[in-house]
Amino acid sequence: MNLTRRSLLRSTAATGALAMATSLTGWAKAWAQTSMLHAPEEGATLQLLRWRRFIQSEEDSFMALVAAFTAATGVPVEVLSEGMDDVQPKASVAANVGSGPDMFWGLYSLPHLFSDRCIDVTDVADYIGNKYGGWAPSAEVYGKSGDQWIALPVAYNANLINYRQSAIAEAGFSEMPGDTEGFLELNRALNRIGKPAGMALGFASGDGNAWVHWCLWSHGGNLVDADDNVIINSPETEAALVYAKNLYDVWIPGTASWNDSFNNKAFLAEEVFLTNNGVSIYAAAQNAAAEGDEKMAAMAEDINHAYWPVGPVGKPTEFHICYPLMGMTYTKYPNAVKAFMQFMMEAENYGPWLNGARAYLSHAYAAGEDFAVWTADPKFAPAKPAAYRTLTAGGLGSVGEKAASALADFVVLSMIANACSGRSTPQDAMRVAERQAQRIYR
Amino acid sequence: MADVPLSPTRSAAAKAGGASAWTRLQTNRNWLGLWFMLPAAGFLILFLAYPLGLGVWLSFTDSRIGRPGEFIGFENYAWLWGDDVFWLSVFNTLLYTTVASVLKFAIGLYLALLLNRHMRFKAIIRAVVLIPFIVPTVLSAVAFWWIFDTQFSIITWMLQGLGLIDHQINWLGDSTMARASVIFANIWRGVPFIAITLLAGLQTVPGSLYEAATIDGATRWQLFRFITYPLLTPIIAVVMTFSVLFTFTDFQLIWVLTRGGPFNATHLMATLSYQRAILGGNLGEGAAIATAMIPFLLAAIMFSWFGLQRRKWQSGGSDD
Repeated sequence: MNLTRRSLLRSTAATGALAMATSLTGWAKAWAQTSMLHAPEEGATLQLLRWRRFIQSEEDSFMALVAAFTAATGVPVEVLSEGMDDVQPKASVAANVGSGPDMFWGLYSLPHLFSDRCIDVTDVADYIGNKYGGWAPSAEVYGKSGDQWIALPVAYNANLINYRQSAIAEAGFSEMPGDTEGFLELNRALNRIGKPAGMALGFASGDGNAWVHWCLWSHGGNLVDADDNVIINSPETEAALVYAKNLYDVWIPGTASWNDSFNNKAFLAEEVFLTNNGVSIYAAAQNAAAEGDEKMAAMAEDINHAYWPVGPVGKPTEFHICYPLMGMTYTKYPNAVKAFMQFMMEAENYGPWLNGARAYLSHAYAAGEDFAVWTADPKFAPAKPAAYRTLTAGGLGSVGEKAASALADFVVLSMIANACSGRSTPQDAMRVAERQAQRIYR
Repeated sequence: MADVPLSPTRSAAAKAGGASAWTRLQTNRNWLGLWFMLPAAGFLILFLAYPLGLGVWLSFTDSRIGRPGEFIGFENYAWLWGDDVFWLSVFNTLLYTTVASVLKFAIGLYLALLLNRHMRFKAIIRAVVLIPFIVPTVLSAVAFWWIFDTQFSIITWMLQGLGLIDHQINWLGDSTMARASVIFANIWRGVPFIAITLLAGLQTVPGSLYEAATIDGATRWQLFRFITYPLLTPIIAVVMTFSVLFTFTDFQLIWVLTRGGPFNATHLMATLSYQRAILGGNLGEGAAIATAMIPFLLAAIMFSWFGLQRRKWQSGGSDD
């Protein structure tokens, strides 16, 4: 047999997944006998539509979990994958016509777009919360509509500053600045040395929304207040727009057209040396390195992650992606749906799965702090508290369907993009965003 | 039309029998015509009229995904009236449709005239011309996505290699460039449809007309202006109607390339409608944007049919 490093890695990964599946299955059968809150209906089958994985080992671990569930309960689960941006339209159409996959696993406040069509999973959420030290505050906001849990916010994708340590050192910085002014200086310095930064300013629902909301919130701007009154037109928002334009002016050209994948490939191609992303760029470099790519090995060594700088408001204003999992009311097997959700979130499954995700996903409940992934690599550390540092969609306001609409309509992102490009003055950009927000929050 | 019975025997039976109404429905020609039309009418009502009617109705409601909503009159339209992004999408749609349609027609007609000549490998060349039209829109859009990538564009790479430029071209990150880029992609994709359809029309023009005109001393321009163009006008009307409709309602190309960005500069009414209805959950407002497209589409159809189809000179009269 011709054993190469690549084939060895593959077989090791496969063996790991198999071992995980085998050990899970034994535990899963016991769990089904003793701990399962809802016995699945006779003859139940499930279909789950999820966002397409960014890290192969995450999907491998997840599928091992799914296989263990099937072995323990006899319920086959078909897992379908769609691009991140395509989950929401599919879920919306399914909710509207009352037919489609039993479960959707989407982004941010998706369940709040059609909260009436999500099954009540309060007992499952309470069980998990009580057993594992409580849900993160942001998870409660995303998961609950009123007093009722309409989804389980199963994990977070920490959206972090991804940077090349050698580049910021060359720019004269020993570490990532912790404040917005220092961060702007770093971006300017990177531009001066020909190793620019860049963040997505196209209609990028993940990375685009993450950085523009950080920028707005860090300067004290907000789309709405706690009562959902539109307050976007403010001096704080204007300051955020001026700041964003200062950043944009020293970034690599073309960020206005970037979607969620552009920054990844630009970073890996050494076109940009600082951007915002999950840890998947690092994972991609590591994967390439494992296949013998020496350039990528050097890059992986050089990549690091950092929290977002704190702005004039004086506290973190990060916006990490929440991945809520919801069951649909039209499902014929609501008990099977709840059983799967409970199974997925039990630490015996959840821990190994997040371990497989290699910090691309962060835990949503307190006991997750002890998962092995957080000691596996020091570069994963900034992703650990994502659920506890993030603000939620809607900012100060509610996280309901209006916040979901504002996010889907890219109200904040368009405002910042217009101001950055110079097509609008900050005042005009705010006025347009204000009108858009008033339309949504009417 | 007169009420003509199919056969005297059955008609007599109909008059004599008590079940005359049912028999008449079975035998009367007018009723029979109606029966035969019913499947087609049912199909049209179910798949065309009903969705259209439902869309218009939704535009007068505050429907959200999964919730029927209530009648709110013209409120959605009133909000759209003061919405800068909506008006920008109207402008973008008109610009996109006008520029792309005109250029597609000009290039398509030129190509059709070239392909109508006698040349070697004519059949193969005609088949090759159709390729852009055959390739699935999403696939060609993804190809253009790479071609217009700011960092990795092959056009930029070639121009830099030739020493013509020393910077990256911001294809999809600048409003004007993004509009030009998506229009170019649409033209590339749409030209074969027009060229091949016009070519079919060109082949119906009798060669004897050209021979007679040539004997009379007509120039090549006069041959085109007074023979080819008038005889081609009916098919131009049809092909341009379709072209304008397809371009006006384009979605896939824009969605893959830009999603309406940058700065909403390439948002068409169709993409904005989708964004607000399906992604944003505001079905009523999305339906209002879609409904607002109808007058424009009707105007385009009217122009094509009344402006091109009914010209008197097609039947030998003057233009007036």
